Amino acid sequence: MTLTLPEVKRIARLARLEVNDAEAETARQQLNGIFSLIEAMQAVDTSGVEPMAHAQDVFQRLREDAVTHTDADARQRALFQSVAPEAEAGLYLVPRVIE
Amino acid sequence: MIRASLKTLRAALAEKKISSVELARLFLDRIARLNPELNAFITVDEDKTLAAARTADARIGAGEAGALTGIPIAQKDIFCAKGWRTTCGSRMLENFIAPYDATVVTKLEQDAGMVSLGKVNMDEFAMGSSNETSYFGAVNNPWDKTRVPGGSSGGSAAAVAAGLAPVATGTDTGGSIRQPAALCGLTGIKPTYGTVSRYGMIAFASSLDQGGVIGRSAEDCALVLSAMAGFDEKDSTSLERPPENYSRCLDEPLAGLRIGLPQEFFKEGCAADVMSAIEAAIAEYKNLGAEIVAVSLPNAHLSVPAYYVIAPAEASSNLSRFDGVRYGYRAPEYADLTEMYEKSRAQGFGAEVKRRILIGTYVLSHGYYDAYYLQAQRIRRLIADDFTAAFQQCDVILGPTSPTTAFRQGEKAADPVQMYLSDIYTIAVNLAGLPGLSLSCGFDHQGLPVGLQLIGNYFAEARLLATAHAYQQATDWHLRRPALAA
Repeated sequence: MTLTLPEVKRIARLARLEVNDAEAETARQQLNGIFSLIEAMQAVDTSGVEPMAHAQDVFQRLREDAVTHTDADARQRALFQSVAPEAEAGLYLVPRVIE
Repeated sequence: MIRASLKTLRAALAEKKISSVELARLFLDRIARLNPELNAFITVDEDKTLAAARTADARIGAGEAGALTGIPIAQKDIFCAKGWRTTCGSRMLENFIAPYDATVVTKLEQDAGMVSLGKVNMDEFAMGSSNETSYFGAVNNPWDKTRVPGGSSGGSAAAVAAGLAPVATGTDTGGSIRQPAALCGLTGIKPTYGTVSRYGMIAFASSLDQGGVIGRSAEDCALVLSAMAGFDEKDSTSLERPPENYSRCLDEPLAGLRIGLPQEFFKEGCAADVMSAIEAAIAEYKNLGAEIVAVSLPNAHLSVPAYYVIAPAEASSNLSRFDGVRYGYRAPEYADLTEMYEKSRAQGFGAEVKRRILIGTYVLSHGYYDAYYLQAQRIRRLIADDFTAAFQQCDVILGPTSPTTAFRQGEKAADPVQMYLSDIYTIAVNLAGLPGLSLSCGFDHQGLPVGLQLIGNYFAEARLLATAHAYQQATDWHLRRPALAA
């Protein structure tokens, strides 16, 4: 498999990563090197093998849908929003999406 | 005191030969003096450290001290620690002050009373094997400052090797505890997946990430692991098991232990001096009464290819949270929302992180999912099955941790594939979710430490640590120190 420049740009777009032409070309070469390493997998016959998504055969635990944090919720929100690039009145600010 | 074992430090604290505050100052002074030439620490906050030490002294004075109360520790900067800057080695989180504690931090600091000396350097988002991808600069190996300490827990390893901390936390997704422990002459353990809580540990590849310890001896690692492991309801993949004392088997004799040597780990591709140190360690284990058996991991050579599909796939998903909205870096200029995402992520992430996000996005994209992601997961199953078969014949698997000793800064930085192959012996362990340990077993002709890897079956941490401890009782490699300023 060999990636082309438009493919690299398409992937970057999907990943929401801005790339210029020079960066995309460098990425293309490096990704092709990495994929040539990955290609070793393709020669292996894995028919009938169950995919292993996880190291342990466990199921997601569920808990009661109950409030666990009631103490000073506003303060907790302020604490978490104190690390936001732009927040106001308890809201996260982003550029206008709907005109 | 700088080089003392945790047991010795505990005794000194209990007998009031030294206070926790004095001990913390000793290490803080050493960090101030030596960190500029090593770059092991990203953040040091003396006030916070000394406040924690005073609290520990009060606990000791009140007779409420545990095995680790008052003992300093360095925290890998992947663990959120409330009020501490937590960067994960990235510009993305350069100014992120964690609003809560990771469970590991709660357990080690609040519960056990350990004293954090600060946050140590790491490859950006734990993606790297040399610590060169850190936004905060490379870390120098205390054994030879022109060389890398390994990664991604390179700051943890360099700090302990240089005596800037008695012990450190680390995380291991593909070898990130074991490989730096090997390259810095230390002992490091990654426990069974699900043993140490991932809550508050910034995610890289969630099905592989596991916290652990880097220290000077198996005995020290056992003490800290006992305090940091355990079920945590805040981590959805934490295993519900009773708490364990990982020191419990340390003094049991090795006689009768079956050590498996996978033939695939003893082929070409490993440096000659590394292999001769490993062979000598095998001879030592025979002397100690272990039985050596040949085993095979026929799919081990597929672990690097499978890993470089699975880990980037999970990373591309995990790192989508860094969007410049709720936390982290936001680009100064953008025209609209999409451009804000694209510019913030392009400027906030470094090259290796972006590379892995691109690989992950590609292998998960329409039309490629089956050929790459599902195929990698099927190979993951084959690799895990190989270990299951091997553990029918042996109790512990032994081999090299890394194919080389510490390489030079810059030597592999330009070639991602060469860098990835540095983890050729460690990655299979993460894919299977098994516990793995690295300990120092000698030096190469340049005086650089060689790491020996021990792999155990699921939940065999106590046995792994005992196997390492028996070797460390019979040899003194783990007591060797790099020649640094005193």
